[in-house]
This record gives sequence, C-alpha cells and structure tokens, in this order.
Amino acid sequence: MSDPADEQIDWISRSGKRAKGKRPEYFDDPATDRLLSIVMALVGEVSVLRERLDTVERLLEKSGTIRREDIETYAPDRAAGEERALATRAYIARVMRALQQELEAMEADDPPIMEWVERLARE
Amino acid sequence: MTAAPPPPFTALTRHPMLPDVSHDEAARFNFLAGLNQYLSGAIGAGNRLAYEKRVLPAFRAEHGRDPEHRYEVRDAMNRDPWHRFWSGLKRNSMEMRQHNGRQVVLRQLDALDAMARQFNEHSGQLELDPKVEQPFYQTAVDIHCQPGGYHSEERPGDVSVGANYDVGIFATTGGQLGGLNDGGGQAVAAWARRERPDWQPLRILDVGATVGHNAIPIAQAFPDAEVIAIDTAAASLRYGAARAAGLGVKNIRFVQASGEDLSRWPDGYFDWVQTTMFLHELSSKAMPRLLAECHRVLAPGGLILHVEQPQYSDEMPLFEQFMRDWDAFNNNEPFWSAMHGHDLKQVMADAGFPKDSQFVIGVRAVVDRDIFPDAPSGEGEDFGRAAVWNAYGAWKPAAQAAAA
Repeated sequence: MSDPADEQIDWISRSGKRAKGKRPEYFDDPATDRLLSIVMALVGEVSVLRERLDTVERLLEKSGTIRREDIETYAPDRAAGEERALATRAYIARVMRALQQELEAMEADDPPIMEWVERLARE
Repeated sequence: MTAAPPPPFTALTRHPMLPDVSHDEAARFNFLAGLNQYLSGAIGAGNRLAYEKRVLPAFRAEHGRDPEHRYEVRDAMNRDPWHRFWSGLKRNSMEMRQHNGRQVVLRQLDALDAMARQFNEHSGQLELDPKVEQPFYQTAVDIHCQPGGYHSEERPGDVSVGANYDVGIFATTGGQLGGLNDGGGQAVAAWARRERPDWQPLRILDVGATVGHNAIPIAQAFPDAEVIAIDTAAASLRYGAARAAGLGVKNIRFVQASGEDLSRWPDGYFDWVQTTMFLHELSSKAMPRLLAECHRVLAPGGLILHVEQPQYSDEMPLFEQFMRDWDAFNNNEPFWSAMHGHDLKQVMADAGFPKDSQFVIGVRAVVDRDIFPDAPSGEGEDFGRAAVWNAYGAWKPAAQAAAA
C-alpha cells in the first residue's frame, strides 16, 4: 500500500489557488481587475520567452549545438546575468510606458489640448 | 541613481531542500524581481505626485483642512486612478509570485516531502506538537497572499508552504536578502558580534521562525549556542528543519510552540530571544502576552531583539505612513497597520523591559555583494520590502529591582 502522503495532487489546478482574505478591488468594473491580471500574466510570459531565446542564442553561440537539458540547466555568469537583467528592465519600461508617461503628465500639468487649438487659431 | 538590476535567480545558493527550478520558472522569478524593483523605484514616485498634485488639494477643498490620519490619506488615495493602477500592479505581482512559486513546489512535492522526511527522521532537529493550535491571527487571512499562509497543508505532513516561501522570496525582495535569503539574520548576528564582542549566548530562542532563514545565520555565528526556533506552523517547521539539516547546521532545533505560551521553558532559560519581521503578524492582544513570555524566559543580562519596520510617529509624514500601510490592506498583513502605530517602547516597558534598558538600531541586510546588490535607500525605499529595518531591543537588567 502506498503512503497516503504521496498521493498525487493536481499541481496545475492547485497552484493557482486564491489566498484567503477578500481581494481588494482596484477598478470600478471588476472586469478591469481581471483583465489587468491576465495582461500581467502575459507580460510575464513574454519576458520568460525572451529570456529563453537569449539562453538559446548564447548556447548556440558558444557551442553551435544545443540540447534541451542545456537550456534547463543554463545559469548565466555574472556578465550575462547583468545583460539579461538590463534587457528585462528595458522590456518592463516599454510595457509600462503608459504608467510612466502618466506620471510625467502629472508633473507637467498641461492645459487641455483644445486650449492650444483655440489659441493657435487666433495667433 | 538607479539601483543595480536584481541578480538572476540562478545566483541563489543551492541547498538540498531548495526546490528544483526549470529555466522558465527561474525566468518568471527574474521577471518579477525586475517588476518589483520597477514598481517600488522611480515609478513609485507617482504616488507622491498624485497625492501632492490632486489628492491633497481635493481633500482640502472638500474638508477645509489637511488629513489628520493615515487612514484619511488612504481613503482619498484609493479614489485616485494612478494609485489604483499602481496598487493593482503590485497586488498582481504578489499573486504571480505565489502562483509561480506554487507551480514550482507542487509539481515536485513528492520529492520534496520525501527528502524532508528523510532529513527530519535522521537529524532529530524537528519536534512537532499537534496540540499547538493555530492562532486566529495566522488563520484569518493568508499572510502575504500565500495560499495556505504559513500553516496549511496540501496533504497531510507536507512542506509545500515552507518550500514556496523559501523559493519565491527572491522575487519579492529582488534578491536583496542574499543567496540563502538569510541577510536579516546575518545582519543581526553581525550586530551582536560588534556590540558585545565577548558575549557568548548559550541558549537562543527565535520566535516565529517559519523556515528558519533568520535563525540559521545566528546559529552559524554562535556555533556553541543551542538555538531553538519556534513557530505554531508545523508545515513551515518541517521544511525549515530539513533545510537546516541540508545546510549542515546542527545546533538548531525546530519546535512547534506558540510564543504566547513558552511554559515548557523555565524562567531565565535563554540568553537571547529574537524575532525577525514577526511582531506585525500578531494581534494587539497577542503581542503583549508574547512579549511578557519572552521577558520571563530571558535570563538577566540577556538580549531581546525584534527586527521590524520603523514605527509610525508624529514625526513621520502621514503620506509615508500611508505608503508603509499598503501591505496591511493589499498584501494580507492585517496587524501591520496597528502594530506600527503602537508605541513599541511602551509595550516593551509594559512587558518588563525598563525604558532605559531599551535601544533602537538600524539594520541592513548583510548579503554577498559580489552577487547581490546592496539594498537601495532613499528614493528606492520600498516601504516594507526593502532590506532596511529598525530593530527594537533591550538588554534585560542583570538585577531587576522588584516591583514596588
């Protein structure tokens, strides 16, 4: 008889379990909250793909051939780690442009564009 | 100046209990480490801007005065679209960290459980007590949005929550706790060595130890001492004890017990009682009970030290208090806000530590600077996650005057 402690669990469905405690709502429409979660999961996965491609490129460059195991066990050295972290930083900055530019807009306090349209029409 | 980018997950120190991580799983943690650094760094400044440019003026227009409490700042900021979006991103980052960590752990839970059982059977460093109840402040919500908190099991006797905590804390902190996530304990041990070079504590109690990542560096720094690491959560202790055994640290035992009831240890038994980022996970009634027990089991002349975030005070701007409170309302840290509002020196005094025996020190995580960046400071302050803490301590008077 097998040890009940070794009973196989459905790791895929259980890994996404919610944490106990009501989740705050950040937007007026709950669908926006759900969409942000989905978008951020995708943003993360694109980053993972990019990093995997970088690994493949580095391995090919080094030895001209590649095995899956090489990818799975790849650990960047310090220089490669820094290059990749920098690439991730630049990627996040591209994805988050809207947030960053809204921050700059708060700083700038521009008047509505209509004011410029009307003023330039007169001058 | 921009903080150095986080190191890769693969730079973490491997120990036998650390779950195996595939290429893509490591990359998920790398992304989250970068995202967290981004959200807490320059972009986090948008919160202050939103407050000063529109939230505060709107509050003044509506109320004819400034906010008088951090909760008023919170109510107002929670209506601001910038803050809502930023908060939504931070919350998602935490949820993704848990989801990713659980995928790593649960897909290999059989192997992790088997290894933990093997380590724990042989080492004798784990002592569980099923009679210990989980206090409601640990079960009301899942702390840090970690499904199952520190105490729950996916199946009887497993190590999933401990393993998930250990493997994913890198993503939350951006690697600022070092290769073994033990930068906090290392900092405390280094401070004790500097402060009293000749001090040789023989019995050390770490309360709220979870997986022991803060207690182990203390045990390593004082190899002649016997360290007892207690927690109510068996699920965390199982992993922690196996982790310690895997690291070859033998002078530490993981014991299931509540800090509110240390009755199994006699008065004055320990030379040092330590808590690290733990007091804010209690409740208002539990904290004084726990501190009184710590006082009782501490020997005269012994050290009590609590690593925590800075307490709120009248000198701390309300906006900063509000930002530091974020985790209470968005990251399932229900006692965070109230705890940091207490006058901790008074609470310690009420527990028996005279105010003139108390001190407050700043503690920075000690990490391997060849691999891991220094904790950022100033603008990089993460209001709770960055590895810069305050520690509240006291040396128990050698001959305490009897109560009048």
